[in-house]
Amino acid sequence: MSNATLLVCRECGNETELAPVNVCDFCFGPLEVQYDMDRVRGALTRESISAGPRSIWRYRDLLPVDDEFVVDLGVGFTPLVRADKLARQLGMRELWIKNDTANPTWSFKDRVVAVASSRARQFGFETLACASTGNLANSVAAHAARAGMRAIVFIPDDLETGKVLGSAIYAPTIVAVHGSYDDVNRLCSELADNRHWAFVNINVRPYYAEGSRTLAWEVSEQLGWEAPAQCVVPMASGALFTKIHRGFKEFQELGLIEETPVKMVGAQATGCSPISSAWQAGTFNIRPVKPDTIAKSLAIGNPADGYYALKTMEETGGGGTSVSDAEVIEGIKLLAESEGVFGETAGGVTIAGLRQGLESGLIDAEQRTVVFITGGGLKTGDAVAEHVVKPIPIEGTLESFEEAFAAAGG
Amino acid sequence: MATKRIRFSFEGEAVTEPLIYQLGHEFEVVTNIRMADVEHDFGWVVLELDGDIDEIDRSLAWMAEKGVRVDPVAGDMVEG
Repeated sequence: MSNATLLVCRECGNETELAPVNVCDFCFGPLEVQYDMDRVRGALTRESISAGPRSIWRYRDLLPVDDEFVVDLGVGFTPLVRADKLARQLGMRELWIKNDTANPTWSFKDRVVAVASSRARQFGFETLACASTGNLANSVAAHAARAGMRAIVFIPDDLETGKVLGSAIYAPTIVAVHGSYDDVNRLCSELADNRHWAFVNINVRPYYAEGSRTLAWEVSEQLGWEAPAQCVVPMASGALFTKIHRGFKEFQELGLIEETPVKMVGAQATGCSPISSAWQAGTFNIRPVKPDTIAKSLAIGNPADGYYALKTMEETGGGGTSVSDAEVIEGIKLLAESEGVFGETAGGVTIAGLRQGLESGLIDAEQRTVVFITGGGLKTGDAVAEHVVKPIPIEGTLESFEEAFAAAGG
Repeated sequence: MATKRIRFSFEGEAVTEPLIYQLGHEFEVVTNIRMADVEHDFGWVVLELDGDIDEIDRSLAWMAEKGVRVDPVAGDMVEG
């Protein structure tokens, strides 16, 4: 039996029973899952967690799903690796990389979709749906296949074929919508109201978002039951950013880690930085933008959780960074060449944001820092294809090799 | 009859124009504001629109023509 008890409005505090709804009926504010923390406290210990499966489901006492409905692809418990070479290059004392490219569909979206698809089963849905340009669609299609559910994925009709492959292989229904991203938004909003489908990031969004908290719990556990002093997190809707912070607070409240402050720094690309721009302007009012960046997985112009991300920055003494597309490419290369981790463009945003935060003094080079790399590099290979080393062409002879090798610098 | 939950974002001169009032007069649509925040050069309003679905859509198109950004209340749904 799940310890989830209610949905509570983050704006007005109005309480709603656990249902497939995402906004408060009274004020239209976003809803968030609440848990019986006394019951969790009685059941959850470091030992009980350590004895659990090596996946997000080791934290099932804090996830809003009953055991028998879990859709398990083995998501989570991804590597946390110490990045000493990168730290040296950036002048930092202690840097860690949470490598979430190691998930089943190579992005952190597996965490949120694992929870959303499981809860959707519990609600009796037979269809999982989403609107996505990449990572989310991949994960929805894979989880639906695993769960024996139907998957329906909406994409803009100008999306490159390569981006569709990672979803198409799981045989979902793919609907290519002719029109702008706004048109896709509007259509999906109406369909979520009219169809008995679980749109993972619309009508089951409160459950979906809960999956991101597992990142904070894993990092705490992997650091020896301690929170880091600083986190750098890529921001799209802002939900990942706020939920990681909530995860650390929950572990502190439960006595699983000490109550130490965690500074939260968010990273966006300048071509779509409504949250970082608001932080830099000193306002809590998010101005929606039209995205124009190579970091497509972060291209949310009207972020649902932007306001809450700003509140988290204020609460933790953190802030927001915004970096150019050229810096994003440099960031991807720097991470790969220094630590052997190939992140997608969002990873480049995060590394470039880390560097910017260090230069501005927002991030303290002396404090233990964790950066979150949320998607695998092959998903956005075209962004860096022109910026990587090229093969040295030779004939199949020793002479040809020696000549070309010497010409290339040995 | 249909209902839509919408977020309007206003910039520049649109902030001070009585556009929601005008929408209620131009179209057979009932507006019901739930949340709002308005600064001198930017503001947003979250509201519910009740009426015939085609009339609601016409009113939203009219609002967009006036330079107002029209979004679902839950933010962007197309994710990466």
